[in-house]
Amino acid sequence: MGALEASVDRASLFEFALRMGDNTLILGHRVSEWCGHSPVLEEDIALANTALDLIGQTQMWLGLGGEIEGKGRTADSLAYLRDAAAFRNLLLVERPNGDFGQTLMRQFLFDAWHLDMLKALERSADSRVAEIAAKAGREVAYHLERSSDLVIRLGDGTDESHRRMQAALDDLWPYTGEMFLADAVDAAMAEAGIAPDPASLKPHWQAVIGEVMGEATLTVPDSGYSHKGGKRGVHTEHLGYILADLQFLQRAYPGAKW
Amino acid sequence: MYAQMVKTDAKGVKTLEEMSPEERAFQERVDRGEKIEPKEWMPEGYRKTLVRQIGQHAHSEIVGQLPEGNWITRAPTLERKAILLAKVQDEAGHGLYLYCAAETLGVSRDELMEKLHNGSMKYSSIFNYPTLNWADIGAVGWLVDGAAIMNQVPLQRTSFGPYSRAMIRICKEESFHQRQGYDIMMKMAKGTPEQRAMAQDALNRFWYPSLMMFGPSDKDSVHSAQSIAWKIKINTNDELRQKFVDQTVPQAEYLGLTIPDDNLRWNEEKGGYDFSEPDWSEFFEVIAGNGPCNKERLGARVKAWEDGAWFREGLMAHAEKHGKRQAA
Ligand SMILES: [Fe+2]
Ligand SMILES: [Fe+2]
Repeated sequence: MGALEASVDRASLFEFALRMGDNTLILGHRVSEWCGHSPVLEEDIALANTALDLIGQTQMWLGLGGEIEGKGRTADSLAYLRDAAAFRNLLLVERPNGDFGQTLMRQFLFDAWHLDMLKALERSADSRVAEIAAKAGREVAYHLERSSDLVIRLGDGTDESHRRMQAALDDLWPYTGEMFLADAVDAAMAEAGIAPDPASLKPHWQAVIGEVMGEATLTVPDSGYSHKGGKRGVHTEHLGYILADLQFLQRAYPGAKW
Repeated sequence: MYAQMVKTDAKGVKTLEEMSPEERAFQERVDRGEKIEPKEWMPEGYRKTLVRQIGQHAHSEIVGQLPEGNWITRAPTLERKAILLAKVQDEAGHGLYLYCAAETLGVSRDELMEKLHNGSMKYSSIFNYPTLNWADIGAVGWLVDGAAIMNQVPLQRTSFGPYSRAMIRICKEESFHQRQGYDIMMKMAKGTPEQRAMAQDALNRFWYPSLMMFGPSDKDSVHSAQSIAWKIKINTNDELRQKFVDQTVPQAEYLGLTIPDDNLRWNEEKGGYDFSEPDWSEFFEVIAGNGPCNKERLGARVKAWEDGAWFREGLMAHAEKHGKRQAA
């Protein structure tokens, strides 16, 4: 299969690559904030490893984005020189870390979606997308194994750990719906066979969540409300602060090589 | 180095004649270069000193995550971010190897952590200095990991088997740490005037604290002599410091940076550099808890531990329930 089908709308494909890469960039950033501050040494190691995987995936997705756009932008210039309104990540990944339970719950809810998404992308009509998905999928399978295991153990741990995990789930739940909402970009991607229709991922995701929460003795909220906006650049207040940190050096010293 | 001023409880190094038969057999094994394994007989002082030294070293690895972690979210490129994450992850791993080595001597990781948190055990003075600009991340890799390597390479030959094996694993990773640091310094030193200024500023602030890492002169110290006899210390502090200076000066020259020491000059006779001693009163203040970041560093570790209590208890409760269910 050719790299880029002539019929595919280049702008939509660029947009899609940004969505994937911005999710991993912003979540990787959040996870990396834990470095040296987690509850136990093994978690320090695991979180650094997760962040490292996500930053590596960012390099691939944003690198592809720059290539598709064809205006000479690189993964770095896309990560470091766009303002918040040009970011396309889900609101879920920019949620503050909160306590360790919130961080783990956010990771699990995202990982479960991320793995299904990557599995579907392995069959993408665009071979570059399929290649990245295959590589990232191996890493994300491990992320999901870890995050689901910890959610189960903490949900079914002490009263306090149960309470914290339930609070985290309730708190983050309204940010999960955005993963399955389609817009014109998603429609174009699905049409071209590049990416799945987001809604098609929902049943399996729900099944995974249901199974893990069952084992974790946690209750899946029945609220269907979802916050949205990230995919089209309307973010929460948090993203601006993330970018202020992330982009500081590139903004303060334009053109410097590091 | 990551273990400074480790006490041995010794009042003087015994001669072979003064030793009990057990002590003597032990010392002869050490002298022959044999490795001592955890289950084998060892003098109580040897065991205690090793616990202190390995524990302090382990604490340094984990506290050492903090000054570098300070710049992970602000790393200037995705590649630099990834490298720094990998490096900090390695340091946490080093902590883990070392706590495991200490555990073979009958002291648990939790006990050692408790002593770190209540201040009865120390970590290296160097991690009480702040990382103020991006070049500091370069300086830490170049100088701090450089100084650590100086100490850890000989320790691969230390007499205690688990410690020696931990050092061998750690040393494999350390050279990458130093290289990435020097690489950052190179980019900064050859970069814009602002970057160059950051690089020089970082060297100015990290030079003397790096020299302090080796600890004050211990050439007349009983503790040092005993540790050397036991091969849990291989060189004196002054030897290592001299080696470090001799290695680092040409590297600074290559970067075009100036080491902040007017007395630095080559001494043909000794075949090494003459250099100024760091301000040892500052060193003792830092050790006593008055360094620029002591409160933040220890505070961050204590907070991480306390905030994480529910997490650790949750996992233990789950394991217990799970075990019970399986047994039922
Ligand atoms: Fe280390
Ligand atoms: Fe290191």
